Amino acid sequence: MKVPGAGLAKGLAVTLRTMGRRSVTAQYPDVKPELPPRSRGVIALLEENCTVCMLCARECPDWCIYIDSHKETIPAPEGGRERQRNVLDRFDIDFSLCMYCGICIEVCPFDALFWSPEFEYSELDIRDLTHGKERLGQWMATVPPPPAHDHHGVRAKEVDAAQKAADKAIEP
Amino acid sequence: MSEVLEAALRVVLVLGAFLTLPLLVGQTEHKAMAHMQSRLGPMYAGGFHGWAQLVADGVKFAQKEEVVPAAADRTIFRLAPAVAMIPYLVVLVAIPVGPGDLVGHDLDAGLFFVLAVMGVGVLGALMAGWASANKFSLLGGLRTAAQLTAYELPFILAAASVAMAAGTLSLPGIVDAWEPWWLLWQLPGAVVFFVAGLAELQRPPFDMPVADSEIIFGAFTEYTGLRFALFLLAEYAGIVVLCALTTVLFLGGWRGPFDEALGGAPGVVWTLAKTMALAFVVIWLRVSYPRLREDQLQRLAWQGLVPVALGQLALTGVVAVTVS
Repeated sequence: MKVPGAGLAKGLAVTLRTMGRRSVTAQYPDVKPELPPRSRGVIALLEENCTVCMLCARECPDWCIYIDSHKETIPAPEGGRERQRNVLDRFDIDFSLCMYCGICIEVCPFDALFWSPEFEYSELDIRDLTHGKERLGQWMATVPPPPAHDHHGVRAKEVDAAQKAADKAIEP
Repeated sequence: MSEVLEAALRVVLVLGAFLTLPLLVGQTEHKAMAHMQSRLGPMYAGGFHGWAQLVADGVKFAQKEEVVPAAADRTIFRLAPAVAMIPYLVVLVAIPVGPGDLVGHDLDAGLFFVLAVMGVGVLGALMAGWASANKFSLLGGLRTAAQLTAYELPFILAAASVAMAAGTLSLPGIVDAWEPWWLLWQLPGAVVFFVAGLAELQRPPFDMPVADSEIIFGAFTEYTGLRFALFLLAEYAGIVVLCALTTVLFLGGWRGPFDEALGGAPGVVWTLAKTMALAFVVIWLRVSYPRLREDQLQRLAWQGLVPVALGQLALTGVVAVTVS
């Protein structure tokens, strides 16, 4: 049976109950947010790993990665041949263009790019949003360790292959 | 000389209550409404949970430029906030907060005086709406007029019922005559009085005249700075006055259940506690209910409140005659 005014009472009850609960407001500047793992805050660069293969710059959908480099000759070790190495001169990401798709991080074959949850890098001028390799390198410190593997997940092909090889070697 | 001093003291006390209680209600509204919506409300002003938010607001309003539209009726435009606010200050003088002498001024026809003066406050909104030379202000003013015409009647009928039951128009007299069982007997009247009072104050859910999503801010659209702040102050002072009046007329004013046990607990505490509890209900209703449409407003008044108030009046008459 529908009691007249039941809806009105229900409305009052809802607001009163909500008042008794903790509010959901995050007091951001005072209290830092707890971001979930794999948050896409900013892209960090581990310069030592970069080989200037240019894959990231070429795959970037809006071309916001600028890379300059030069070749350096490493003097030959005894009896050997001279080798050449790429040296990174400039690695800039223009975060005013970046759309945080993460393709650069996916394609990097040498694990030189990482997601960092750091997000407080706003600027007053849009031109200041282009960050060089020094700044990108500083963000490496904020990159969280990778999350553990899923116990129940399928193991990586590489692991299986290595295991097979190891088993074969042990077998007489 | 001492009489002058006493009168001055009373005026100062009433003025003090007029300046602090509305702020208290406003701050309660900020915080209670925020938590009812799962927010925190002001947290910074004053340091501790934003207690000084309204003070900061006042300072901000005082700094703002005073703008009068070119086409506005200057004198009336500038007079309107005062007309809206002063009646509530005057009404506060006649409301008793405690037994005996604890009233700004004890009037024989206090109830009559209070209702008459509260009716004047409405003129402020009408003047503002008409003098602003703005279509939204005018719409707001007209809606105010329509709403007040509808709700003044049940408001006064409900008040008349109490006066009839108590056999006096004096506000302290009504509290003296009040008995706890009146809570039940006068309940419909109390509800009608409170709801009609809310509508007169144009508080949500009866805020059609200032409906900000459709007519900006109704009659107050063109106001800036201190004059706008005065309108806001009038609204919150109105809440205090309405709640205090409901307390005095229907809830037994300064009388409470444990008076003997507490050795005559200070009646002022009871009055203030009841008033603030009612003010909380005002805020609570605002958060809980959506705005009524114009036709719903009118239907509630004419088909709901007026018949109930008339029925209450008849009941009061019958009971009063049989009891005496």
